[in-house]
Amino acid sequence: MSDHFDAIVVGAGPSGNACAYVMAKAGLNVLQIDRGEYPGSKNVQGAILYADALERIIPDFRDDAPLERHVIEQRFWMLSEKSHTGAQYRSDEFNEERPNRYTILRAQFDKWFSRQVRAAGAVLITETTVKDLIKDDAGRVIGVITDREGGPIYANAVVLAEGVNGIVGQRAKLRPEIKANHVALAVKETLFLPEETVRERFNLAGEEDGVVIEVLGSVSSGMVGTGFLYTNKESISIGVGCLLSDFAETKIAPYALLDKFKQHPSVAPLLKGAEMKEYVAHLIPEGGYDAIPRLTGDGWLIVGDAGQFVNAVHREGSNLAMTSGRLAAETLIQLRAEGKPVTEATLKLYRDKLADSFVMKDLKKYRKVPRLLEGNRQFFTTYPAVVNKAMQMFLRVDGVDKASKEAAMMRGVAKARGGWWGVVTDIFKMARAWR
Amino acid sequence: MTDKTNKTGPQMEERLYQNRYLVDEGNPHVTIHSQPGGDSAALKSLTEICPAGCYRTGEDGRVEVVPDGCMECGSCRILTQATGEIEWSYPRGGFGILFKFG
Repeated sequence: MSDHFDAIVVGAGPSGNACAYVMAKAGLNVLQIDRGEYPGSKNVQGAILYADALERIIPDFRDDAPLERHVIEQRFWMLSEKSHTGAQYRSDEFNEERPNRYTILRAQFDKWFSRQVRAAGAVLITETTVKDLIKDDAGRVIGVITDREGGPIYANAVVLAEGVNGIVGQRAKLRPEIKANHVALAVKETLFLPEETVRERFNLAGEEDGVVIEVLGSVSSGMVGTGFLYTNKESISIGVGCLLSDFAETKIAPYALLDKFKQHPSVAPLLKGAEMKEYVAHLIPEGGYDAIPRLTGDGWLIVGDAGQFVNAVHREGSNLAMTSGRLAAETLIQLRAEGKPVTEATLKLYRDKLADSFVMKDLKKYRKVPRLLEGNRQFFTTYPAVVNKAMQMFLRVDGVDKASKEAAMMRGVAKARGGWWGVVTDIFKMARAWR
Repeated sequence: MTDKTNKTGPQMEERLYQNRYLVDEGNPHVTIHSQPGGDSAALKSLTEICPAGCYRTGEDGRVEVVPDGCMECGSCRILTQATGEIEWSYPRGGFGILFKFG
């Protein structure tokens, strides 16, 4: 193996694979290093794949990528202890030739993605943990040190695609430690059911049709968090995630929260008889725009979750990861073609590309949301409870006249927030953060 | 491993039983540096919230860690960064959890 590369990519998740693939395809000499037995064996996600981001890298990925189901229906649930009030959108238009979103199992998908990376010409070494970065006297990153024998490996650029819990960048003091209120701790189980059972329970006609349920309310037991349920081909991914700082404060066990969610009367029938085959935990970047660390420096750049590129409002992450990886690759390709060194100054190109893309535009748009939600727990507690109570009142026929019921419902909404002023303020706050 | 908050669901051993691990015997990747003044609230909270139940209170009342079931999420590392009570690194390449589905 050569000991000098155009680029070393640390990590083989969506951002690292996207970056390594695009660079290798353009003829760069790329080394990718992953800790896992195979790429994917250390990686966790819900998981939804957004086709567009991958299509821009591998247009015909649908031919052989391991995809579970494409999403034809999205349900949003506001949960209270015994009820849920939902909105759902289902469209046959999602049954298209090139579907927009898929459920995937990351261990399998990442393995496939990595095969494409290697076929494009990148060198991959697995079962290898990067311990630290090597810097020259001027502080420029020039390579990596791993836990393998064979000494340091050098490159013109090191791409940190090491994920949310990446510690290489922190050890090398390139990025600060993550704050506990900037990440959600999520736990998930993969529950197996026969394929036809998944279809029947979720009212799906085709073997490849899928449903996604996103859940807010009592699922987070007062913490800032959400639950989710995704249909895979022969399994269901069900999980819940809340701010790590909230878990530390409430001391609620994440798995207890997940069990409670699984036992909810709206959820339990969907899971009946399923066999649990894996239980995982992972952090999700939730700090948004203001939590993004410095992304570039002399000889290095950050992509994916390591850069906090997650749109928590829309539950998007893997697409931001792949896009940032692709833009980083395009930057390094251009710099090489122009014979320019990889420096903080020349990497302005990467920062500009990110700023021009949906990645930064979306994160900027929702910049105020994380702090708003952290300071306004009523969006997770009071409102879902009140809405469910109002629905119950609306639907239950019990001899009370409708005008009295409506008045009681409205009083209930106002009372929950200490009067109408509280409700109006909440609406205003949310609208302002959304803008 | 403790699982005392979990009355109705499966016990932690059962939950982790399905997971695949390659434990690096004799090389725990998470260790506690007990501080002289007693354990911090953050360290104590891990006996309740570690998703793999790796932390427990020992007979001497101090928090102990057995990271064999660790899913490498990093929560404990982040929560104790201010106190420096935990030394956390990833397991050697190839060791630790091996996700089947992820």
